[in-house]
Amino acid sequence: MTDMTDLRFSVDVSAWIGSYPFRDIPHPDAEILVRVLQRERIGKAWVGALPGAWHRDPSASNAWLYAQLAPHSDVLLPSPTVRPDWPGWLATLDEAVSRGAASVRFYPMQLEISATSSGLPELASACGERGLVLQLTVRFEDLRQRHPMDTVADLTAAHIRALVRTDPRLHVIVSGAGRDLIEETHWSLTPAEQARCFWDWAWVWGPPEDHLAHLLETIGSERFVFGGYWPLRLIQAPTAALDLTPNSLPTNTFATGDAISAAAQSAPKSP
Amino acid sequence: MAPRHLIDAHAHFHWSGSRDDFARYNASRMRAGETIGVTVHVASILGTWGKSSPTYFASPADVVAGNDAMFAIADAEPSRVRSFVHVNPNHTDHALREISRGAARGAIGVKLSASRRADSALLDPIASEAGARGMPVLHHIWQHRQREWGMQEASDAIELVRLAARHPHTNFILAHIGGGGDWAHTINVIRDVPNVFPDTSGSGVDRGMLDAYLDAIGPRRLLWAADLTLCTGLAKLRALEVIGMPQDALDDICWRNAQRIFPPNSFALE
Repeated sequence: MTDMTDLRFSVDVSAWIGSYPFRDIPHPDAEILVRVLQRERIGKAWVGALPGAWHRDPSASNAWLYAQLAPHSDVLLPSPTVRPDWPGWLATLDEAVSRGAASVRFYPMQLEISATSSGLPELASACGERGLVLQLTVRFEDLRQRHPMDTVADLTAAHIRALVRTDPRLHVIVSGAGRDLIEETHWSLTPAEQARCFWDWAWVWGPPEDHLAHLLETIGSERFVFGGYWPLRLIQAPTAALDLTPNSLPTNTFATGDAISAAAQSAPKSP
Repeated sequence: MAPRHLIDAHAHFHWSGSRDDFARYNASRMRAGETIGVTVHVASILGTWGKSSPTYFASPADVVAGNDAMFAIADAEPSRVRSFVHVNPNHTDHALREISRGAARGAIGVKLSASRRADSALLDPIASEAGARGMPVLHHIWQHRQREWGMQEASDAIELVRLAARHPHTNFILAHIGGGGDWAHTINVIRDVPNVFPDTSGSGVDRGMLDAYLDAIGPRRLLWAADLTLCTGLAKLRALEVIGMPQDALDDICWRNAQRIFPPNSFALE
């Protein structure tokens, strides 16, 4: 059992389990993730099913995810995949709530769902109504190394804006954004909208470019939440970037998954 | 477990001719190096980094100016910085003169970027000269280059290995396995080429990458390095520290391999 008094981060919001279609990943299994979290002094993780990002119908990968995480339910919370253009997708959200999920994941680029699709406002409202945080992933690998079959572009600021602006109850976490996307999005939102949009810094560079230091100074640490990108990337990378940030802040100034989830659940519901 | 020393075998600096905030950039690298525990940065400056000629096709004048700036930084930080001398192989005579000038100014290695394909005959006199001086050649590499990329004539491991085979007495540092492209392709290309030493630098921090290289070539040919992103360098160092390798192996990767392939007495390390 993890000693909760000695945690570096309470929640890793950007974790997955399962295989990746374009290269082998060493043991991407739930029990390994639990050990990694203990080693890195991270309390819990919100976990998606990696294969589900490429499935047309995510229901099978979601069922697999629930089964894999069940033995580790004190540490690993499911974050199932949803697509708002698939029959019965609202039931996916209801099941997520009933199974204790704090968030759901949506991969519009992999599904070729545009930023102007009617599915986006519908998804925003449905998540806002249920108090579910909506998680978006900018990329799984660097553009320079992608498999020839992986032609999906990175997530756009237009997608994020479209979701955040639609429903004032919706809370969004974006994983894997770099400085450019974060700034383009953040400064295109009102302060109230900015307050519901959170970023991990797994793909934000530390020194000597010091993009992370710049963002912490200009946007604020409260907009950032820890995401480790396991099992795709070394979970040490975001902690290393933070440790090298010259204006390094106590981690209690950052957002946490628990606090974001609580805010999402406290948003007013429809009568 | 931590290494006794740490040599960044692939570092870069900037200067007034390359970017306006060069002093902040350089100070940030040094400060991060102190936090990480970098003992020595072995660094180069690629001309004006694109300001007056392209980064990877630096003009002879920019090559000289960038090298001069690099030598000045090394002079100012004699205990913490060593220089590569950067050359453009399309200007062979100039490149050879620059290597000679660089060696006289204290350079301990030759830096080739992406100005000419690595297997071009134009690189032969440079590789020979470096070998004769006991200097390793750090060569920019695109892992599994499957097409041309803009503003560079990038090479991959296959092309570098052709050059290395023609110069068995010269050591080559294969740049940044985490720097883009498919690092898994490079492993099998260099596995049995003893004078090619991959460095761990680059922004890529794929899980499995370090393990795969250690499985294939062992700890005596891998060089820890950071290149342009110190944060990913620290992440890879921490990953190496938790893999569970013997102290000797960690020391090999972090500094002893560099000590072996750079000229004798390049580093005052015990």
